[in-house]
Amino acid sequence: MSVGTPRGLASSGQKPIAEILHPLSAAEEPLSVTVNLGGDKTTRVEFDLPEYCVRRRYQDFDWLRIKLEDSQPTHLIPPLPEKFVMKGVVDRFSEEFVETRMKALDKFLKRIADHPVLSFNPHLNAFLTAKDLNKRQVLALLTKVGESVKHVAGGYKLRARPAEFCAMGEYLDTFTQKLGTIDRIAQRILKEQSEYLTELREYGTVYSSWVGLEEELRRPLEGVAGCVTTCCAALEDLGENMSQDFLPVLREYVLYVESMKNVLRKRDQSQAEYEARLEAAILRKQEDRTPMPVEVEKCQDKVECFNADLKADWERWQSNKRQDFKQLLTGMADKNINHYEKCQVAWESLITLLQDKQTEDKTSETN
Amino acid sequence: MAEDGRDESVATDDESDNTAADGSNSLNNTMVEEGSTLVRRMEICVAEAEKRSGKNAVNMQETFTVYLIETRPMDAVAEGRNPAPDSLWRRYSEFELLRNYLLVTYPYIVAEFVWHKLSADNMDPDFVERRRIGLENFLLRVASHPVLSNDKILHHFLTEEHGWKEVVYETGFQAKAMLTHILVFTKLDQLPMLLFQADSRIRALSATFRVRNPDKRFMEMKHYSDELQSHTSQLLRARARVADRLYGVYKVHGNYGRVFSEWSAIEKEMGDGLQSAGHHMDAYAASIDDILEEEEHYADQLKEYLFYAEALRKHELTQFEFEMASQDLISKKQQHEELTTGIVRTFSFKGMTNKLFGQEAPVQREARIKLLEELIAEGEDSVKEKRVECKEHVERAWVDMQRFKEQKDKDLREALINYAVMQISMCKKGIQMWSNAKECFLKM
Repeated sequence: MSVGTPRGLASSGQKPIAEILHPLSAAEEPLSVTVNLGGDKTTRVEFDLPEYCVRRRYQDFDWLRIKLEDSQPTHLIPPLPEKFVMKGVVDRFSEEFVETRMKALDKFLKRIADHPVLSFNPHLNAFLTAKDLNKRQVLALLTKVGESVKHVAGGYKLRARPAEFCAMGEYLDTFTQKLGTIDRIAQRILKEQSEYLTELREYGTVYSSWVGLEEELRRPLEGVAGCVTTCCAALEDLGENMSQDFLPVLREYVLYVESMKNVLRKRDQSQAEYEARLEAAILRKQEDRTPMPVEVEKCQDKVECFNADLKADWERWQSNKRQDFKQLLTGMADKNINHYEKCQVAWESLITLLQDKQTEDKTSETN
Repeated sequence: MAEDGRDESVATDDESDNTAADGSNSLNNTMVEEGSTLVRRMEICVAEAEKRSGKNAVNMQETFTVYLIETRPMDAVAEGRNPAPDSLWRRYSEFELLRNYLLVTYPYIVAEFVWHKLSADNMDPDFVERRRIGLENFLLRVASHPVLSNDKILHHFLTEEHGWKEVVYETGFQAKAMLTHILVFTKLDQLPMLLFQADSRIRALSATFRVRNPDKRFMEMKHYSDELQSHTSQLLRARARVADRLYGVYKVHGNYGRVFSEWSAIEKEMGDGLQSAGHHMDAYAASIDDILEEEEHYADQLKEYLFYAEALRKHELTQFEFEMASQDLISKKQQHEELTTGIVRTFSFKGMTNKLFGQEAPVQREARIKLLEELIAEGEDSVKEKRVECKEHVERAWVDMQRFKEQKDKDLREALINYAVMQISMCKKGIQMWSNAKECFLKM
């Protein structure tokens, strides 16, 4: 397999694969999403129709991923959201869960669609166009068995991983650690904020209950209670955003890192295989002067391809990671700014109310 | 520093100096209009606090804080002249002495003395600051009161540094305090006990005596003050809990600072942005300390209203004394009747023993009747006196209560405005910090 010339969908003038549309309502089991592909027929030859609209379940995405991994072993395949969700811990039919999962699946497809090599994979085509994927899956299952036989690498032991791949491995280890820490911090913040919210609500009711005792102070006290309520609502929104948008992306990157590590390991495997075969061939050559077998050359090719693909994917991955985290963190900052802005507006309007009354009183005093 | 201060700073209004400090004349002064209250004539502030050390009463070295009181004549300020203020230093114990003097001398005035003795580290600068503000508010309130502001002892306190303590003791207010029972409160478990200044001759009554026929208006006052106290204490507790939680939220963000810093070490292009963002997260986490410190001022203002209800008990005491006196008189009259007519209306041990063991000798009986008649006459005077006293107290307290309510409304409204201002400031700070962080993220 050689490296194909990068032909991103967008760069060839074709529309990128469109967004995933809304999933079915939560009551429907199992969860399905609708994939909507709108394209220009003339420029995208492998698609027969200008538009496709198909229903896919999670296991279909899983199928696609496996097929891609098998057929493009030298490439980094984006991760899927966690397959199994413990019943009772998360409501699999709740709106938030459905939306979170849908966003992750959407991202998965986008990343594949953006990839210069993966986007041309026939399995992707099938995924996007076939009315009934099941038949294809059955066929695929048969072929899958055959393919996987080819890739049993026989457990070769790698002696030395080249420096640049070592560096990648180290980076991934540290990075995943940091991601875990950030996840924990975010969860802790959510917890603290939730407890703060409880107390804040209680605080607001104290002002409300005081209103009954007073006459002059009725409006100010009500005003304060109102502001506190507004702040509570703003805080709730912030918490929701963090748990729905921030945390899932973090977790997905952890899975991404795992995928990348797998690819590194596979690379190591193919290098190990090559080195072992080479050694064996050299020994034989020394003994009876037979030429280098073709398998060894093929192995060498494979390793070189792998390395090149991996390096290219790594660069792409790093670049995407930078974008993704830039977006994620600025999003987090935005949400926090938004929260404070809402609160500020509420308190400012209260001051106007209170001060108006003050000047009213003063003028009536002097009159 | 203020030896000659009295001539300059105190108003030239002679009438005020002639007003007796004794509370009984003060009734006339309730009619005095706002215009002549001290605060209108004199600008007062507690400007600074300083540490001093010296020998105390038992000749031991101690460190204490003194507060600088500055005064300026208001007309000079209004005319645009800017004279240097007169000033003198007072310790906290002197403020307390002033307060106790006023408390005893004007028994029907309720509001001005509500302050709480902050129990905290005297040397902590934040605490000293809060106390300074509390003391200033106390002086301003007293000086705004139509009656209290004319008190000579108060003037003296503000203007003459030396010899003030002696003058206060000379008024003999402590003897009066003996007769004015001061109540010891332990109801509010978190608050310090309100104890009168270290005088073991003062009798203390527990807070559980019951009044039989309270005045209706008094009942209203009491109900209101109980409710006010309840709401205030609820509010204070809830606010403290909220502050606790908010502290936690801010501080956890500091962890972002650390992890961003660690993460930036393994990144190339993202490194700088992450590192600086981390610093802003640290700043954000640290910002909560100042925010909560400021909120304490708001809490202090509210705390004062907790003590308002306590002050009302003085009136309850008067009513109680009146009822006791009446009861005592009735019982004496009954005894008299028994002795003179032999008719026993109510059961008494004396009556029973008389019946069982025979009555006493006529001479003794006569003596007893005579004594009783004297006591009854005294008792009737006493009851009359107490009834009038009671009525007067309730009258004055009612007037003062209305004034207090107005003042309280104004004060609380201002406090709420200040609270809102604090919240806005907190929001602005938050926006600033997160915007700074966002800028760093954008540079990643």
